[in-house]
Amino acid sequence: MSTYKLDYLDQLESEAIHIMREVAGQFERPALLFSGGKDSITLVHLALKAFRPGKFPFPLVHIDTGHNFPEALAFRDALAANIGETLIVRQVADTIARQQLTEQKGKFASRNALQTYTLLETIEAFEFDCCIGGARRDEEKARAKERVFSVRNEFGEWDPKQQRPELWNTYNGRIQKGENVRVFPISNWTELDVWHYIRRENIALPSIYFSHERPVLVHDDQLIALCDFIQIEASDVIETRRVRYRTVGDMTCTAAVESNAADIDAVINEIIATRISERGETRIDDRATEAAMEDRKKNGYF
Amino acid sequence: MDILRFITAGSVDDGKSTLIGRLLYDSKSILVDQLEALERQTKNKSNGEIDLALLTDGLRAEREQGITIDVAYKYFSTPNRKFIIADAPGHIQYTRNMVTGASNSELIIVLVDARQGVVEQTRRHSIIASLLRLPHVVVAINKMDLVDYSENVFSNIVIDYAAIAEKLGLKDVTYIPISALDGDNIVEASTNMPWYTGKPLLQFLEAVALTDDIDLENARFPVQYVIRPQTEALHDYRGYAGKIISGTYRKGDAVTVLPAGIETSIEKIEHNLQETEEAFAQQSVVMHLADDVDVSRGDVIVKNNSTAKVSNELEVLLCWMDTKPLLTGNKYLLQLNSNRVRAVVKAVQYKVDVNTLENITYDGAVKLNEVVKATIKTASPLAHDSYRYLRANGGAILIDETSNITVGACMIQ
Repeated sequence: MSTYKLDYLDQLESEAIHIMREVAGQFERPALLFSGGKDSITLVHLALKAFRPGKFPFPLVHIDTGHNFPEALAFRDALAANIGETLIVRQVADTIARQQLTEQKGKFASRNALQTYTLLETIEAFEFDCCIGGARRDEEKARAKERVFSVRNEFGEWDPKQQRPELWNTYNGRIQKGENVRVFPISNWTELDVWHYIRRENIALPSIYFSHERPVLVHDDQLIALCDFIQIEASDVIETRRVRYRTVGDMTCTAAVESNAADIDAVINEIIATRISERGETRIDDRATEAAMEDRKKNGYF
Repeated sequence: MDILRFITAGSVDDGKSTLIGRLLYDSKSILVDQLEALERQTKNKSNGEIDLALLTDGLRAEREQGITIDVAYKYFSTPNRKFIIADAPGHIQYTRNMVTGASNSELIIVLVDARQGVVEQTRRHSIIASLLRLPHVVVAINKMDLVDYSENVFSNIVIDYAAIAEKLGLKDVTYIPISALDGDNIVEASTNMPWYTGKPLLQFLEAVALTDDIDLENARFPVQYVIRPQTEALHDYRGYAGKIISGTYRKGDAVTVLPAGIETSIEKIEHNLQETEEAFAQQSVVMHLADDVDVSRGDVIVKNNSTAKVSNELEVLLCWMDTKPLLTGNKYLLQLNSNRVRAVVKAVQYKVDVNTLENITYDGAVKLNEVVKATIKTASPLAHDSYRYLRANGGAILIDETSNITVGACMIQ
């Protein structure tokens, strides 16, 4: 080799692998939070590079709201089976019944806020001391301030004013019993970095990331997939459109974008051309207030 | 395409947020919905103009108070380079946040208000850049529009700053006259300052050479994790997983495992799940050693031609980051890369004034944001290098074992 320079994707990949191995080295019972979305699929790919030919030092954990896209769930099960790693699925519906929680009402009643309860229940039940997540700092401005190793108290709360200094590439994962650390290996990746990496590494994704025809409810300029979890009224406009998903969350709070992008090159070109951010375009839940994400994170959200 | 990580430090009114906003805006990294959100927020305030500073203030308290509390990370790309900005507050009470942001940066943009010239804050930011050994410094002389784009004003500031740079030993210093508000010399060369013949800021950031910043001579490989599948097929597989922080390694190289000092050689290197002949700095790899030696997390594998120092006594420059004061005799955990050992702060020799770089007599307690020269004793020998010569193996953190908080940053001397 003539030069010893790493391409930016190589640098990001190596940083993420380093962070995952720090998790393996520092924690007793870590878990990888897996949603079936592109970011957590990327995490699984990075974990394979970090730990093969060994087994992952953590299970995959999915907090299932019951409102997921069937394509994402099928993909999740196939991927876990394919790599031969443990998958733990916990249902938000069970937590709602057990803790007698009140569900949101309304047209797009979302279980997004309630997943925090199931997540905390799961962390407690399995005594997870660390949860690896696929959050990125470019997603949202509260996330831009979060550490790679983000300590949460026993209620899962994030205290942005009490964050530990995080220097060099040295991560301090020491905690008291009951606390846990959320670790974000792809903190420094942007949406486009993830897509370029997926293309380079030839990573498979659920089909809904690519253009397909789907009946959608047109609501406030957003396209919501027709499903059993939203209330349909007589006045609703329902059309079949060619769409794809830029992010994959719950069917109740993730909007589709109109798109003819049928393969990854087309998707990348589309993202380069777009003038709207990922969350702004597709997440109904972040529009509520200026500090929506900060508030949810403080309350124990991913 | 590679990555440049840089830090901007500043406090209220020196144009830091406007500069970052300008870089993001002109590189098309601010998107329509984010701009609309900005406009909505600006309407809630008294003055009419869009406040680009709101982009960088991520927390509610910061927006409400109009201040930057913590380091925020911002991203933008040009066709040749990805940029990661550590946006840190500049006031003295946030020195620890600045040290944090600087620790991962290769370049600092020191903002100088052209009307005020070199002030205390300029000196403090430069001192922190020198303590953290940032390889590149850009002095962005801002608000040139308010001094009639005067070359004379610019030249005088350059003379003043050059004296500081020399005292601090800052080597690669570049001066650029800008107006962040109007975009002069940010992306395009300013027509208002034809006397300036250097590159505009963004072009400079795109071109600054980063190859010399990584040490390829002194090979260091801290072991993070041992991969042992213990399956039938891979019964004897024992791979040492970690990231090469400096230097290069080849199959067959004679190496030593530190701190124990056991000599062996490299049998195999795996990168990207495949065997490779050679691996180099910044790559995450798995190494296999020829002999069955005892290696665990925290050990450092070095090549025999350049071995790290091994000792249990360290002279450090220490930036204190906790609200509880540091007292000599206190015990902590010291973490250098993946190695964590018990440590005691044996003695504090003197304090460093971060505004003047002068040494001050130690008065019995080290308070938040203070920098001191100290002697630390560790419970077991530590394989380390001088931060001055090998940044990657010379920076350590101190952890309070009872609160688990990171309380100090050590630059090993």
